[in-house]
Amino acid sequence: MDTAKAVTPADDASASQEAIKVEDLHKSFGKLEVLKGVSLTAHKGDVVAIIGGSGSGKSTMLRSINFLETPSSGRITIGGELVEMHADGSPSNRRQIERIRTRLAMVFQQFNLWTHRTLLENVIEVPVHVLKVPKAQAIKRAHELLERVGLGDKADTYPAYLSGGQQQRAAIARALAVDPSVMLFDEPTSALDPELVGEVLTVIRDLAAEGRTMLLVTHEMKFAREVANHVVYLYQGCIEEQGSPAEVFGNPKSERLKQFLSSVT
Amino acid sequence: MTGLLDSLGLAQSAELLSLSPPGWGGNLLRGLSHSLQIAFGAYALGLVIGLFGAYGKLYGGKVTRDLLAIYTTVIRAVPELVLILILYYVGSDIINKISAAMGGGRVEVNGVAAGIWVLGVVQGAYATEILRGAIQAVPPGQIEAAKSFGMPAFMTMRRVTIPAMMSFAVPGLANLWLIATKDTALLAVVGFNELTLETRQAASSTRAYFTFFLAAGFLYLVVTLCSGGVFARIEKWARRGQPSLKGGSR
Repeated sequence: MDTAKAVTPADDASASQEAIKVEDLHKSFGKLEVLKGVSLTAHKGDVVAIIGGSGSGKSTMLRSINFLETPSSGRITIGGELVEMHADGSPSNRRQIERIRTRLAMVFQQFNLWTHRTLLENVIEVPVHVLKVPKAQAIKRAHELLERVGLGDKADTYPAYLSGGQQQRAAIARALAVDPSVMLFDEPTSALDPELVGEVLTVIRDLAAEGRTMLLVTHEMKFAREVANHVVYLYQGCIEEQGSPAEVFGNPKSERLKQFLSSVT
Repeated sequence: MTGLLDSLGLAQSAELLSLSPPGWGGNLLRGLSHSLQIAFGAYALGLVIGLFGAYGKLYGGKVTRDLLAIYTTVIRAVPELVLILILYYVGSDIINKISAAMGGGRVEVNGVAAGIWVLGVVQGAYATEILRGAIQAVPPGQIEAAKSFGMPAFMTMRRVTIPAMMSFAVPGLANLWLIATKDTALLAVVGFNELTLETRQAASSTRAYFTFFLAAGFLYLVVTLCSGGVFARIEKWARRGQPSLKGGSR
């Protein structure tokens, strides 16, 4: 792959430690400005929880990072590589954005597994077809990953026959299969029945514990406090407050955050 | 066998339908083979036009969308018989004009190729709408997931969108195929010797109208029944991974 030469050289220690750097990100849908200039840096190994009320722009921010939403303006740097953008915010280098996306694995609220493929086929799809990993090797790895998320016996099952929790765990296995440098979780438990939330959070907690870099949009405050080392509170498209979980949850400074926390816990 | 046919008074019909001359059975089968060739070719051409048409209508620029809207509206508005006459004569006229301009002589238009072109253009308009609907029925999250993993657009179409839309498209496409097999009969008007024209010739030469048209109807029925079986299998494959509406087995 041609990734190596585009990335900042490893001797530039501070930059190479920055997994994701978002600067002054704006996003409007028509007249509605959803993001009003947010900046955020995640270092390697960070688990950043993004919290906020509905409509605060937290999902939009996460989706802008891999350009599923086109930002209106701003700068996004992934692993030291600045994403080339047109003046209107759309990525100007299609190959670059496709290459960067392979390093940012996303887990969606609605799982978004490919329904016409079995779990195994879902997990090997991107490694085999996009990353050109030999098929036998991808299959071996897929079995390990499915085993790891507790779905070792479901490899040949189609997603529609599984519970939401099982589907979401499969989606996490699919994300892990690309060996991502950063994992993006977009409200991974919001579509699940309450009794299925725990099994998914357990998997995510294990990933955090092994030092994976993750950005996590979530409504699970207890969980955010437990796994994150940095918490960002968004309010109406701006970062209202951020800091360590102890600060943000234990000693919130802004009135809005205090109100938000009392309303959700 | 002969005794049975004799007693039913069908000996004469059997003789007329026999495969070797003086029977006309061979002609009928040759007509059927021509009809199927055209149906296959037109259907394939229609699917290709339909796929591009559907993508153009959904993702194309304004000019592309307008041109495709004109194409599907006009083709679906005009009776097929009229379209066949127009496209056939316009098509052969254009080819002859080009040939003349390049200093060539008059070109005899190949019947099968002309039939495929004419019916393919008609089929393409309907296929465009069937596939457009099917693509829109694919949950956007499936395509978004492919995108989020860095899958290039063409690969997404090949690996995700087309397989995912198949289950929505197959019933409509099965209809379209059956229409293709029967629309070949309309090509009789431009003198193409497909099944219907062969039947008419056989019938008028022998005055055995009932026998030959019944035989032709039977052949069309066989084609339909076989197609039904094939499409049932295709639909089962396209719906893999989707629980049946009746519930039960996977």
